[in-house]
Amino acid sequence: MAGLIGRKIRMTQVFGADGSVVPVTVIETGPCVVVQKKDMRQDGYNALQLGFGHRKIRRVNKPQQGHMRKARKEPFEILREFRMGEVSKYEVGQEIKLSDLFKKGDRIDVTGTSKGKGFAGVIKRWRFAGFPAGHGTHEAFRHGGSIGNRSYPGRVFKGKKMAGHLGNERVSVQNLEVIAVREESNLLLVKGAVPGSNRGILLIRQAVKGN
Amino acid sequence: MDVVDQIEAEQMRDVPSLRPGQTVRVHVKIVEGEKERTQVFEGVIIGISGKGNRVTFTVRKISYGIAVERIFPLYSPHVEKIQVVSSGKVRRAKLYYLRNLSGKRARLFEDDRYRS
Repeated sequence: MAGLIGRKIRMTQVFGADGSVVPVTVIETGPCVVVQKKDMRQDGYNALQLGFGHRKIRRVNKPQQGHMRKARKEPFEILREFRMGEVSKYEVGQEIKLSDLFKKGDRIDVTGTSKGKGFAGVIKRWRFAGFPAGHGTHEAFRHGGSIGNRSYPGRVFKGKKMAGHLGNERVSVQNLEVIAVREESNLLLVKGAVPGSNRGILLIRQAVKGN
Repeated sequence: MDVVDQIEAEQMRDVPSLRPGQTVRVHVKIVEGEKERTQVFEGVIIGISGKGNRVTFTVRKISYGIAVERIFPLYSPHVEKIQVVSSGKVRRAKLYYLRNLSGKRARLFEDDRYRS
């Protein structure tokens, strides 16, 4: 099944049918246009390349303009591929709408790029506990402690959790509930948070688990 | 007004304009199993926070000598009706100081500007 490309607007809350407060993320998504069909014979795998958004023609180089023109006159802001079992029922230039894929109550997976946190210490990056504020601790309140033993093994093990770059990476959140689909304004209301900043690009697929 | 504001505006109903210091009667819908009934919670508004459809207000009352505070989402479907009983004259947005006062000192005096 295909997915959709979307843009995170921001979070808000809605009231559920039983009066409970439901936190939702509003995602602007669809209609996405099929730009290219990849098939087993020519490409070695089946996928749909979808386009989303608008970009000025002069901001797009000629080869890309030509590629996108097959689907739509104005260039897309972003192209993404979705692996599919079968692509024959889709045509290049076909619009995939929000209501074609998702309805209220569905479970979806949302992929995005998380917010960059820069060079982060071990407390933020790996949830280490740090050191006590009292009892003689000095100069090491947010340190990670020992990173190994002595001459045996004589090295630091691979994968040791240390400080480093955090965030700004591809993150998927699975099994989010669709609270509402607003077709006329191309909005999707998803329960809970999704990765990335507001206005960030998201990929929305049917949930791989839990359906 | 962006699309999210519109989503929020759709959920907002007509409610009386509330101010801290007002004494209100909040009619709360309570669902017990399959039965539904309405309960009235009467007390002083000691704070209002949030904007859009996320506004909540805190009501404080003394019930059998025990102080009770409840926070209601203003636009919740469970809040059926809000009646303003009286408006007290206060100079603060949050009346948390009432928590440390009792008896005669915890009174609020009627604000003539909002007498209806």
